[in-house]
Amino acid sequence: MIGALQGLGLLAAAAGAGFFLAGTVGLIRFPDTTSRLHALTKADNLGLGLVVLGLLPFAGSLGAALKLLLVWGLVLLAGGTVAQMIAARVRGTEPGA
Amino acid sequence: MSAVLPYSIAAAALVALGLFGLVVQAAVLRKILAFNLLGGGVFLLFGVVARRGAGAGATADPVPQAIVITGLVVAFAATALAVVLALRMHQITGAATIAEAAEDGFPDK
Amino acid sequence: MGGLVDWLLAALVLGAAAWTLAAPTGFAAVVGFVGFGLLVTLAWVRLGAVDVALTEAAIGAGATGVILLMAVVRLRGGAEEVSAATPGRAVMVAAGLLAGGVGLALALAVLALPDPAPGLAAAAMARRGELGLGNPVAAVLMGYRGLDTLLESVVLVFAVLAVWSMAPDRRWGGIPGPRFPRQEAGPLALLARLLLPIGLVIGIHVAWVGAEAPGGKFQGGTILAAMWVLAWVAGLVQPPAIASQAVRLALVAGPLAFLLAGFAGMALGEGFLAWPPGLAKPMILLVEAAMTLSVAAALALLVAGPPERAA
Repeated sequence: MIGALQGLGLLAAAAGAGFFLAGTVGLIRFPDTTSRLHALTKADNLGLGLVVLGLLPFAGSLGAALKLLLVWGLVLLAGGTVAQMIAARVRGTEPGA
Repeated sequence: MSAVLPYSIAAAALVALGLFGLVVQAAVLRKILAFNLLGGGVFLLFGVVARRGAGAGATADPVPQAIVITGLVVAFAATALAVVLALRMHQITGAATIAEAAEDGFPDK
Repeated sequence: MGGLVDWLLAALVLGAAAWTLAAPTGFAAVVGFVGFGLLVTLAWVRLGAVDVALTEAAIGAGATGVILLMAVVRLRGGAEEVSAATPGRAVMVAAGLLAGGVGLALALAVLALPDPAPGLAAAAMARRGELGLGNPVAAVLMGYRGLDTLLESVVLVFAVLAVWSMAPDRRWGGIPGPRFPRQEAGPLALLARLLLPIGLVIGIHVAWVGAEAPGGKFQGGTILAAMWVLAWVAGLVQPPAIASQAVRLALVAGPLAFLLAGFAGMALGEGFLAWPPGLAKPMILLVEAAMTLSVAAALALLVAGPPERAA
């Protein structure tokens, strides 16, 4: 049972790594700031979320698991804020973006 | 203890990169960045030494670790001072480099 | 498997460093440097030095990144001057040879280190209990290398004084840094309100657990300083005038407590900075608490810079 849970965790972490890869490719290849932000938020929010989810079965204690979730929550908060601020700045300078 | 080999080489290469940047780059801010890369390489050398000295239940020798922590804080203080000096110089002379300045504060045209 | 991760990480560290040097703009270079710092943080974890990893992330990448970003917007321009002052090809080649030689010599020296490596890990692990500290790095910082840590805390005070003294005479005693408009609504205001209480708790937690687990006054103090900078950038607080007694007291509280504890060691123990047996843990806790406050104050003041406005 524990083994199955950890197997699922590995799958989730691998999927998260996939999102990071896709997000990074998008960050490098996309043409304008807002679509690059779009790619970045996928890596930040979903990718890290999946990695954290995948690590939960390995956390060992409830406290460690809660800390992992807290890290994800803080990154969501900070990433969301930064994305909003960059987008607001771009809308002021790049027409049609 | 083969895990330290990549970091040994990276640390030595970082010192080389930082030194090269410090000599070659003209802009003061770039020199500060290069100096920090050089410092990062020196700290990483301490990390390699610490890792090689792991034992008695410690994942790395605590003494080099403590010295690097001290070093990181001092490096930050030095960087902050260097940045403020660069800003003040820029404010007074308008210069972004420390090249031999002519009378007007700019290098020879 | 483990070897591959380490080689990849080492290559990424070097790639980020090369990008920092080669980046087309100063802004890109600073962003590259912050990325470099975060990759080095991972390298520290791989090297088993989690205490250093926390410090690198907080100070090396975070705090240094902030002051460099603030400087880069103020140092715009000067492209002609920079290209005029950039050395020619001959100097480049000579510098490359010199730097490459230094790097090669260092690499050879590291590879020739004695095996098994001499170290103080066993001594530090065996004697950390005498100070009541479970974290051997904290024990070394407060005990074996206590004098280094004391002097380092004084360096922070001197750095703040040096930064302050860059101000024009008429600004002495004034308020440092730019004034940020107060954000009543919007993402930054939300972040400042939500993150501030959490960040304060985390900063104090990191400083507190440093006795037993990775963490400590420098890492925790940096988080506290970051929270103040966030409130400042969101316009919720204004930097205090540098003439303020409270600011100066917060700045020197840590070094002062450390120094007093050092003299107490002369009176009660074996000498300067020798922690008297039995009293070691409570004294260290007091010094660490004062140091956390002073580290936070010093880092925040270093980010804020010299006074620019009249109080």
